[in-house]
Amino acid sequence: MSRITREEVARIASLARLSLDDDESQRTTTQIGAILDYVAQLAEVDTTGIEPTAHAVPLRTPLRADRAQPAMPPELAVANAPQREGTAFVVPLVLDGEES
Amino acid sequence: MSASPPVHAKYEVVIGLEVHVHLATDSKLFSPAPVRYGDAPNHDVHPICLALPGVLPVLNARAVEFAVRAGMATHCTVHPRSVFARKNYFYPDLPKGYQISQYEEPICTAGWLEIEADGGARRIGITRIHMEEDAGKSIHDDAVTHGEGTHVDLNRAGVPLLEIVSEPDLRSPAEAAAYLRTLRCVLRYIEVSEADMEKGQFRCDANVSLRLHGEAALGTRNEIKNLNSFRFVEQAIETEIVRQARILDEGGTVQQATRLFEPATGRTKVMRTKENADDYRYFPDPDLVPLVIDPAEIERIRIALPELPDRKRVRFEAEYGLPAYDARLLTADRALADFFEDAARANGTPKSVANWILRDVMQHLKERDTDVSSTRLAPEALAALVRLVDEGKVTAKSARELVPELIEKGGDPAALVRERGLEAVSDGGALEAAAAEVLAANPGAAGRFRAGEDKILNFLMGQVMKKTGGKASPAAVRDILARRLRE
Repeated sequence: MSRITREEVARIASLARLSLDDDESQRTTTQIGAILDYVAQLAEVDTTGIEPTAHAVPLRTPLRADRAQPAMPPELAVANAPQREGTAFVVPLVLDGEES
Repeated sequence: MSASPPVHAKYEVVIGLEVHVHLATDSKLFSPAPVRYGDAPNHDVHPICLALPGVLPVLNARAVEFAVRAGMATHCTVHPRSVFARKNYFYPDLPKGYQISQYEEPICTAGWLEIEADGGARRIGITRIHMEEDAGKSIHDDAVTHGEGTHVDLNRAGVPLLEIVSEPDLRSPAEAAAYLRTLRCVLRYIEVSEADMEKGQFRCDANVSLRLHGEAALGTRNEIKNLNSFRFVEQAIETEIVRQARILDEGGTVQQATRLFEPATGRTKVMRTKENADDYRYFPDPDLVPLVIDPAEIERIRIALPELPDRKRVRFEAEYGLPAYDARLLTADRALADFFEDAARANGTPKSVANWILRDVMQHLKERDTDVSSTRLAPEALAALVRLVDEGKVTAKSARELVPELIEKGGDPAALVRERGLEAVSDGGALEAAAAEVLAANPGAAGRFRAGEDKILNFLMGQVMKKTGGKASPAAVRDILARRLRE
């Protein structure tokens, strides 16, 4: 059995704001399934007593002193915006409920 | 907004609060862009705030210190190791497509805050405190956008936040408000945030559910967002309690949902239900290794922590002999507490000083909507004024008239009293003459006093005070009148 269903892929696609047609959805399900199978090999390693590791680098988070630097020129910040008004980005109207 | 008694008789109200607090840092949480309020759109941004390709977050040391301080002030366990995670969602004011937050391993957990509730002091549990960055602002207001799309301003994007999550320990809208006031007071004491609600520096979401009294399981909750004033918090929770009670009374079941409070109508509307609840796909941020704080650093922060309001209140009661009520009011604000202590030390009679602050000074501060540290009133000046009154050199009435001027312009009370000729008249001659005149003009009242109607003395005193322009020492007037009436 595949490690992921088409329904799960459809849900992830919707969360990622991707629209997949039938063909893409089938192909993606197969591909993600193959990736999960590959990664699942790690489950064969006995990790009893080993702390979960999110990073391979034994580094502590470097800290920065709280000193503000001058902001970038606002004109530059919005320079690549497809649409702007003054120094504000303009995006298509965000409607209530669109978050859902 | 009074709670509806039948609802509370039948159901137990269960409230938990999530508070977002802006930290008072100079720069943002992961970027060196300045934190400022009220600037034009996108004037306080840096490539990191814009999520331009190739940028990497670097954590602000002061934000970490503030988070540790907040944890200690709320009796939390401060963890030497915590982890930043990505909270993924799409919105135009979130350029990265994720918010850097903390999820499974927050910096602080399991604390409490004591609040003053109807039934006395109550301890409210704090589940966790975690650090995260704020999002930008989407502006939908037609006055700004002219109906043309939505404007996005990223000045706020990346501003350091603490999210402080309470246990579901609160039992009424009033308790929720008391918790928020106490929390804000503590955060201001430890100087991690100005916590100004109007600036959005202190925001609250409320989780509300009902259950029958005695029931162990919690009812289905609704989360109410967008509560940006203490009044709205109480109002929104009250409205939600009534709504849920009506559903339960009719035998229905409450649907779990996230609701948005609309200040204009005082109602809430559904933003999303459980079926389409968000899935944020949290995972540890690969750009940030775990935050590890040296225990010595944690200890250094603990030692530098100022005296907190609870402890200060108890000390004020013991050290200055103040009633609990006075001590609570005076310690609600750190600047006010410091002002009181300076004035009390300079004056030597703490109770008198407390009375003058709570009765007169506070009234003027409220009218001007300001706090004592932003006025010209020096603690030494108030101490001097109170001493003049207590020594009978100026009447309370005259002293009271000087308070607004001292608040606005400052100055030396003794000099002001001399300049204005406000010295209390307590010497014989003038008072004797005034008393004689009053008695001559009111033979009826004098007669009633002699017939045993003691209270009439107050009327006669009032007449003498009037004649002296309120400058007569009440004690002296009383003595003179009593003597003359007995003669």
